[in-house]
Amino acid sequence: MKLGFSQQEEAFRAEAAAWLSAELNGPFTDVRGITSLVEMPERRRDWEKRLGEAGWSCVGWPREYGGRDATLAEQVIFAEEYARAGAPPRLNHIGIELAGPTILAFGTDEQKARFLPAIARGEEIWCQGYSEPGAGSDLANVRTRAWHEGDVWVIEGQKVWTSLAQFSDWIFVIARSEEGSKGPKGLSFLLVPVDQPGVTIRPIHQITGEAEFNETFFDGARTESANILGAPGDGWKVAMALLGFERGVSTLAQQMGFRNELDAVIAAARANGEAKNPLIRQRIAKAEIGLRLMRYGALRMLTDAEGGKLSPSALTYKIQWATWRRDLGELAMDVLGQAGETVAGQDYAFPALPNLYLYSRADTIYGGTNEIQRNIIAERALGLPREPRGDLK
Amino acid sequence: MHFAFTDEQAMIAETAKAFFAANATSERTRAAMARTGIDDALWQGFAGDLGLAGVAIPEDQGGVGLGMVELAILAEEAGRHVATLPLLASIGLAIPATLAGGRTDQTARLLPSLASGELVASFAQAAPGTTWNDRTLTGAALHVPHGASAGLFIVAVGSDAFLVKRSAPGLSVAPLTSLDQTRPYARLDFGGVAAEPLADPAAAIATAHRTGALVIAADALGGAQACLDRTVAYAKERIQFGRTIGSFQAIKHRLADMMVAIEQARSAVYWAACAIEEGSDEAQFAVHAAKAFACDTYSHAAGEMIQLHGGIGFTWEHDAHLYFKRARSNASLLGTPDWHREQVAQRIGLDEAA
Repeated sequence: MKLGFSQQEEAFRAEAAAWLSAELNGPFTDVRGITSLVEMPERRRDWEKRLGEAGWSCVGWPREYGGRDATLAEQVIFAEEYARAGAPPRLNHIGIELAGPTILAFGTDEQKARFLPAIARGEEIWCQGYSEPGAGSDLANVRTRAWHEGDVWVIEGQKVWTSLAQFSDWIFVIARSEEGSKGPKGLSFLLVPVDQPGVTIRPIHQITGEAEFNETFFDGARTESANILGAPGDGWKVAMALLGFERGVSTLAQQMGFRNELDAVIAAARANGEAKNPLIRQRIAKAEIGLRLMRYGALRMLTDAEGGKLSPSALTYKIQWATWRRDLGELAMDVLGQAGETVAGQDYAFPALPNLYLYSRADTIYGGTNEIQRNIIAERALGLPREPRGDLK
Repeated sequence: MHFAFTDEQAMIAETAKAFFAANATSERTRAAMARTGIDDALWQGFAGDLGLAGVAIPEDQGGVGLGMVELAILAEEAGRHVATLPLLASIGLAIPATLAGGRTDQTARLLPSLASGELVASFAQAAPGTTWNDRTLTGAALHVPHGASAGLFIVAVGSDAFLVKRSAPGLSVAPLTSLDQTRPYARLDFGGVAAEPLADPAAAIATAHRTGALVIAADALGGAQACLDRTVAYAKERIQFGRTIGSFQAIKHRLADMMVAIEQARSAVYWAACAIEEGSDEAQFAVHAAKAFACDTYSHAAGEMIQLHGGIGFTWEHDAHLYFKRARSNASLLGTPDWHREQVAQRIGLDEAA
């Protein structure tokens, strides 16, 4: 068991840090420090391309697909340096963290060659078509249909909560391809171009006042026959494997974002004197400890994954970070007091900390609610009986 | 960076797991609780036969020459069975204090017998008002873990530290009936007791506190895991309303929450162990985090164990109360979770000007 990095790894860190610093203090100084997922999308597309050109986009991928063949330790280091440099959230995070690894795992050689380099070069942005109005926690209850017509798949139905669809070129969709099938059976995993007449995107205004999520309608949308991952009917298997990729190295970059948020809370508490309040001090210390433990939980998870093992902490990670962040939002408001509840001007657009308070209510819902996470932990890790299914429509 | 056990560490964990499962049985634990809180045969097996009391003592001083990760592994496995051993007193506190602060002749004299387990030692924090004059101590220490079984004490008096022998004239040792009978306290009264100063008392005290807190945190991790494992097993067999209680979401979710906390406690304990071992700048921070988080996790898990077992969990016969009481004692020893969090608050700059 060892936490430190080798000299060679530290040299890699210095190289990454130097490159990031030069870019973010040079041509990309305007995107440094952005934390919102929806701000300045055009410049952030440029940033994706710049990362791709320089080989820093998908460092863990094989070189032949635009990656850098980085070791696990190097991926960890890059994720940390990326966030430390104040680089913005990746506009294509769904392509890099979800679509890419899934194509790498399930794609044919042709699919890998077609899609992966375009993701690594920042040319094609992806979004995810999983949830539906009737398929939330019960994700397998998919009603969107797909069928073969000549040499294309035709898709009909509706997805919801498609984050960043408004900036995306491609969407991956789970759709029911076997008529009359139910639940996880008879689903297919399709790769569908967004820019076509059969796809309509309508933004959802969320409780923050922003619109990051969308409803996506498929009305006779089309994609080529070859754009299916895995066999027809195997979509659930692919979809579930993809959720496993959410626990990858990117969690460390996400944590650096959390670091910035906690630092902002600490700064606010020092500025208004709440840092002297013993109750607030306890809560800030708890948040600090929780954040550190997230890092070491992630390192355990990654080390185990490298050895081909699923770490127990992998199953507990989602509820851990989501709950941590929701608690941080509440702490932020208790630190700010009423000053956090008003904003200058007419627009309903709150600054980072009140926005965190609101946004973090989504964290404990999307990607599997806390309640679903507890079921998963109880059933898969602790071996307790599965929840019975009802038969209401 | 490799944040998982090496093969050798996994082997040590397996050895310790098998040893405690076979020997630290409920029956033997209860027999020890009725006496001194030490199962002498268990201690002989652990320290004498397996040679594990000297796990973190260098080989040339009679030890095994391993480090903090291995020590944490042993404490975790002992904690899983609320084992009645002077693991905290001797291995977690007295040995590190001696190693860090003893003169060469002191370490040469003491470490071999501490490593073999023939000598049990404990660490005593002297009460305010205790004084050292003329090479003798006058005063008291109120809560000395496994104090009635120790042949030697490291006594911390303010920023000084001394060696005091059990046999020294003027020392009286009173065993105290303690909430946690697996690690009972004793009160020491010093009536002009001969005390030998350690060469580097600051290092002795700091190292004892740091290693002791790590050992307690690891013990808490093992204990909390045992609370979860045993409660899950019970929830799978106990039937009410025609179904196992583990099929109720109200129960499943509480067990899941225990696991979420325990996995974080595990990260905390081994982070702290590695940080100390690697001499990281974060070591002290990590120890505060681990002690606070693991002790809270254990207190919660042990309380849940009683609640989810229902009436049987409230009986003397069931082991739940052994965990519940050890968890309480762990939380109080060497700083409560709140105290450790306050140390964290100071370390992250809450007191700096805005």
